[in-house]
Amino acid sequence: MTGTGDSVNVISFRDVYFGYPGNDDYTLKGVSFDIRAGSTEVILGGSGSGKSTILKLVLGLIKPNSGVIAVEGRDIGPLSEDDLMDVRADIGMVFQEGALFDSLSVSENVGFRLREHEGLPEKEFEERISRLLGFVGLSEFYDRSPSDLSGGQRRRVAVARAMAHHPELILYDEPTTGLDPITGSTICDLIVKLRDLEGVTSVVVTHQLRDAFQVAQSFVMLVDGEIEYHRVDDVELLYGTEFLVLNEGKLVFQGRQRDLFRSDEPYVHKFLEGQIPAFRR
Amino acid sequence: MIDAISERVKSGLRSLQDYWSISYGAAVSLASRPRYWRETLDQMDFIGVGSLTIVTLTGLFTGMVLTVQSSATLDAFGARPYVGRMVSLSMLRELGPVLTALMVTGRVGSGMAAELGSMVVTQQIDALRSFGTDPLRKLVAPRLIAGVVMVPALTVLSDAVGMIGGYLVARFTLRLGTGLYWHSSLDAIKMHDIFMGLIKPFVFGFIIVSVGCYQGLTTTGGTRGVGESTTSSVVVGSVLILASDYFLNLLILRFVYP
Ligand SMILES: Nc1ncnc2c1ncn2[C@@H]1O[C@H](COP(=O)(O)OP(=O)(O)O)[C@@H](O)[C@H]1O
Ligand SMILES: [Mg+2]
Repeated sequence: MTGTGDSVNVISFRDVYFGYPGNDDYTLKGVSFDIRAGSTEVILGGSGSGKSTILKLVLGLIKPNSGVIAVEGRDIGPLSEDDLMDVRADIGMVFQEGALFDSLSVSENVGFRLREHEGLPEKEFEERISRLLGFVGLSEFYDRSPSDLSGGQRRRVAVARAMAHHPELILYDEPTTGLDPITGSTICDLIVKLRDLEGVTSVVVTHQLRDAFQVAQSFVMLVDGEIEYHRVDDVELLYGTEFLVLNEGKLVFQGRQRDLFRSDEPYVHKFLEGQIPAFRR
Repeated sequence: MIDAISERVKSGLRSLQDYWSISYGAAVSLASRPRYWRETLDQMDFIGVGSLTIVTLTGLFTGMVLTVQSSATLDAFGARPYVGRMVSLSMLRELGPVLTALMVTGRVGSGMAAELGSMVVTQQIDALRSFGTDPLRKLVAPRLIAGVVMVPALTVLSDAVGMIGGYLVARFTLRLGTGLYWHSSLDAIKMHDIFMGLIKPFVFGFIIVSVGCYQGLTTTGGTRGVGESTTSSVVVGSVLILASDYFLNLLILRFVYP
């Protein structure tokens, strides 16, 4: 982390263009935004709009055709794969569908990075993995294989794996897609818990407004060692969460939840209308 | 028309470049730490121990059929006692290496393409990279080592079993003496035959693994793409083995044989 204070942007995109090799058109067409340290950024957009592509760019898994991407103040464009490892060391990623390694057990998945890079003694390793699995409520799954888990459990393991090395930034790619509402809601609670208790900057990609709003409107506090969940219903009061709306590779909205409700942008309106009955004309 | 051709050429060159950077990247990674010995042992087990049955059976029947076929030809010249020589040299120089490699391609090359391909489409490869682990180092390099060690080892086994199969037919069908068969077969083997018999499977092992890994890692198009990668790994691998066998023969005969 270079600078100090809240003014530091953890991620900043400047006029980023990206096209997959072999595709005729750009997938991202001039995307610019900033994400402040400690905030939560929700990226909304239909399927195929380029949401996952943005996350892959942040991790440096793909390189933009033009434009600048800075992570923690560092331009990652010119970095080699080796240098990118330093950048990635501060980032946790929860992939769509989890992307758990099927050849490893749950604990080896969660501890993958610790095993690869930190060389902890076995006892300490086990303690840390148990604590992480406890955090996501899956202590009893230590030795199980990922193929035995349900969709929701896989996502929770993926969250535990992403937070194992205490990153300052966690990226969630559609963490609730394909889950029933109750399971989806437990994943959202987990995101909130990580953000509020561990101070993690979060980027949540989703096309489900319900979950986006749950993340934006809830917060947790520790009261006498007990975790308490609270919900803010007055959207005027919400400062911590910013929304980006992506449509066909372009950002059509950036701002807070109350501005989202007031936006005149047709795509935003259509997006809200499709999922919130009150917005139907 | 010209456009279509130039498009084909370009995409061919791109594939070649990808193939090169995958094989080269994996090979270069071996020069530095971390090295994944446990993965390498696992792969040796998968390639070597896992292929024992098919390689033994292939070698056995090849040696047997070779004896039956060549004895008919040799009999025409009254040269039946030379059948051992015929079997051992054919197995060692040509059939052992090629047939073993083809069987291993079907089992191992396809398995690697399928495994790595599904890791690509389920984003496990992206996950590896995001955790700071180089997939070429962790996945491809151990497979390459295991391939260039185990395919020659399997070939030696196949050669030996083939000669034993040949012996069984020679002894019990052709009524040839045990000493006569083994004398003729072992006497015929020269240093350069052994060299040829080992350099070939070394190259084939590299081809099988690098093609399988390349097909797997360049998979696109979901589960269907995994199926296509698996098929191409066998087709491309087999053709490359047969083609390189021809050129290796030319090279070795030119430079190694007296
Ligand atoms: N590996 C790829 N190769 C080619 N095109 C891709 C690839 N991945 C995604 N795309 C295309 O890029 C666009 C955006 O994809 P993505 O970022 O995955 O969308 P989202 O996550 O918003 O659903 C889509 O049109 C998709 O077809
Ligand atoms: Mg996506």
